[in-house]
Amino acid sequence: MYLGILPHIVECCLATASTAGDIPSPENLSIFDPVSPVSTTIRDLFMLVFGVIGIIFVVTEGALVWSMIRFRSKGDETTEPPQIYGSNPIELAWTVIPILIVFVLFLVTTRTIYSLDLQEPPEGALRVKVTGHQWWWEFEYEDLDITTAGELHVPKGVPVFVELRSFDVIHSFWVPRLSGKIDAIPNRENHLWFQADEVGTWYGQCAEFCGTQHAKMLIRVISEDKEDFEAWVTNQQLDAVEVPSALSGKETFLSLACVNCHNVDGVMLQGGFAPNLTHLMSRETIASGAAENTPENLRKWLRNPNSIKDGCLMPNMMLSEEQIELLVGYLTTLK
Amino acid sequence: MTTKPYIPLSSKLHDWVTTADHKKLGVMYILCGIFYLLVAGCEALMIRWQLAFPNNDILAPETFNAFFTMHGTTMIFLVGMPILLGAANYFVPLMIGARDMAFPRLNAFGFWLFFFGALLLYFSFLGGQGLTGEEGAPEVGWFAYAPLTSKTFSPGSATDYWIIALFVAGMGSIMTAINLVTTILTMRCKGMTMMKMPIFAWMMLVDACLILIALPTLTAIQIMLLLDRQYGAHFFDAQAGADPVIWQHLFWFFGHPEVYILILPAFAFVSEVTPVFSRKVLFGYPMMVVATVSIGFIAVGVWAHHMFATGLSPAVLSYFAGATFLIGVPTGMKIFNWIATIWGGHVRFDTPMLFAVGFIAMFTIGGLTGIMLAVVPMDWQLTDTYFVVGHFHFVLFGGLLFAIFSGFYYWFPKVTGKMLNETIGKWQFWFIFVGFVLTFGPMHFSGFEGMPRRIYTYMPNRGLEMYNMLSSIGAGVQVVGIVLFIYNIIASLYKGKPAGDDPWDAWTLEWSTTSPPPPWNYAELPSIASRRPLWDIKHPEDPDWEYE
Repeated sequence: MYLGILPHIVECCLATASTAGDIPSPENLSIFDPVSPVSTTIRDLFMLVFGVIGIIFVVTEGALVWSMIRFRSKGDETTEPPQIYGSNPIELAWTVIPILIVFVLFLVTTRTIYSLDLQEPPEGALRVKVTGHQWWWEFEYEDLDITTAGELHVPKGVPVFVELRSFDVIHSFWVPRLSGKIDAIPNRENHLWFQADEVGTWYGQCAEFCGTQHAKMLIRVISEDKEDFEAWVTNQQLDAVEVPSALSGKETFLSLACVNCHNVDGVMLQGGFAPNLTHLMSRETIASGAAENTPENLRKWLRNPNSIKDGCLMPNMMLSEEQIELLVGYLTTLK
Repeated sequence: MTTKPYIPLSSKLHDWVTTADHKKLGVMYILCGIFYLLVAGCEALMIRWQLAFPNNDILAPETFNAFFTMHGTTMIFLVGMPILLGAANYFVPLMIGARDMAFPRLNAFGFWLFFFGALLLYFSFLGGQGLTGEEGAPEVGWFAYAPLTSKTFSPGSATDYWIIALFVAGMGSIMTAINLVTTILTMRCKGMTMMKMPIFAWMMLVDACLILIALPTLTAIQIMLLLDRQYGAHFFDAQAGADPVIWQHLFWFFGHPEVYILILPAFAFVSEVTPVFSRKVLFGYPMMVVATVSIGFIAVGVWAHHMFATGLSPAVLSYFAGATFLIGVPTGMKIFNWIATIWGGHVRFDTPMLFAVGFIAMFTIGGLTGIMLAVVPMDWQLTDTYFVVGHFHFVLFGGLLFAIFSGFYYWFPKVTGKMLNETIGKWQFWFIFVGFVLTFGPMHFSGFEGMPRRIYTYMPNRGLEMYNMLSSIGAGVQVVGIVLFIYNIIASLYKGKPAGDDPWDAWTLEWSTTSPPPPWNYAELPSIASRRPLWDIKHPEDPDWEYE
């Protein structure tokens, strides 16, 4: 279909957009580069609708511009132009033709809505409970007994059935290259599904305004080959590792208010308000994607969370440098 | 020229404050609207400054969130509403040959409710901190989704000021709508049947009816939300088990008709300007009336298209998609009728006409992107992204604001007796037009690239830098246009060319009286035989009533 060229045109425009030279591998979130059946269906529908809309656009704007140029006053007219009060056949035509067009659009839309709707998990799907919090995402694999945050690991080529909830206000889960967005609403459970057909990292973020740090409520979906995913699962199912050298760090952690919000499996499970830290070091980022997961950033975060994510709900614990060193020493063992 | 008697300033002020004259109230509405246009414009400039670069830190996140909340609320309730109500107030009685509105004192009351409601909203910058010392202005977005608005997530008093301000201003709008409906239905001059009304009056009638349907819902939910926040009611309190989606249904039951409440007056301005500057009668007047009334009906049945991502069932999704497509039909009829009006005319491109055709061209784009958003699966990708921001700015800026400028240049001579400067007007048009396209065009593309709306900053290296930089440059270009506009108003008031009664050679009744019109509009109430009474007078050999 000739419309297939459109995404490439858009891509070319976009290529000129990312001029930031030395930063490696730009993060692509374009809805025109789907890697999942859901987003592919939407992209194809998009191209069809875009074609229809484009024709209407050209005809309408063309008629407007042409009539403006053709019928502009030369300034030397002595009489008024002929007064045309209307024309029933013409007006009927531009009522009926649009009705036919929108009827076709309606049929196409309805068919796609029903084909993408999925209230029950498909056969062999991976179920994930996704909970929006101000301002981070919690991922629970109930069948696998895993709880993690910020980064969603999925196996390549397997449908993922997402059960969306919210802990506080309304959020919206959106990873453009995998599927459209659906809201996470308190007291409700919504569903969406996708299937990553390639190995890679797919970026997204919260799309419904949810308060101060709405902008830094980022999502990473990491799709892996079956073996890699299974290795990840096996590691996530373990309790936190005990490293003797980090024992004083662990003592510090347990002596502070950290444990009121953060859980560490096998150590302390009285929180849940904040991300589970059991396998913190298996994540690429902290603070819901706001910073890379490096010891330096962990120090910065512990010194003052607001320096990375202004207004975030983790309070500044007023820790001494000594305490920070001990805590980072402990946290970096949580592989 | 007679010397004017000396009137002290205090008497003049007293006169304006106590007036119940529809024309003075109309002028005050429009002046307030222009003032808040500048205020909300400054907020938008701060937003664009912050978003010019990724990870910029000109504004703190709280400040950014307050600015976009105030920008949206202000533009809709303190710019769009007063300008449309002001224009309806000023011109409906003149156009239907009446001496004033049906209820002049109710009219004044409505204005002052709006005036103080607006002050309340802006007082939140000072008073919003309240006892808890949190926040300065509301940070909830203009549609203020529950439960973000609950006391838990938005402490302080700012959200309460927002609630009360919209409640008070909304009551004013309801009263003015009652007044407009009564005036149009009962006070038309001799010979003016419903189908001989100027199309302006028809559109304002439907508009006022929509206000009467939609605004009370807003008023009701504002009271409910206030009860939630102040007295612990649980209408929208998710922590007490309420379903927050109820707020969205009720808000958009108001909020979507509100969009048509704002755009119908724009249609009205353009439907008056386009024929006069094309030198042709409006093409298909009866169809325009039918289209306007059907827009009024369909507008109250499409609200959930703002909620396609909230998990509605496929049947509900399909219905609201269908209804939304359907509203494109009467809207399209209007666009085609305007083009047909231009077709075959002797088109004069004075500033009002430049803005009118700018409106038709840009509103068409906004309408077509609206159709794209009505395709539910596409909406799942595009809703709450910058594509939506681009879409509704094409509708409300390229649409509403262009039409307002068109109407302003068209009727300024009638209201003040002075012409606005045409050269400055044309420069203003081009600065605004280019700035507008540069600002809001790229937003569609940043939406495609995955940029959600309402984020105070964005990540570098996601292909968003260029689009955002272009938008910010465009905002700067618009500033020049707005400065020219304000300069033009002030300069023309002092040394503008005298306008005379009928500078554009127009056809509706307001141009038959003096500029500015006398206190009671017409010494003798007019009597008409057609939709264009002045055409009949100017062309006795070929009067309109022979064809209607």
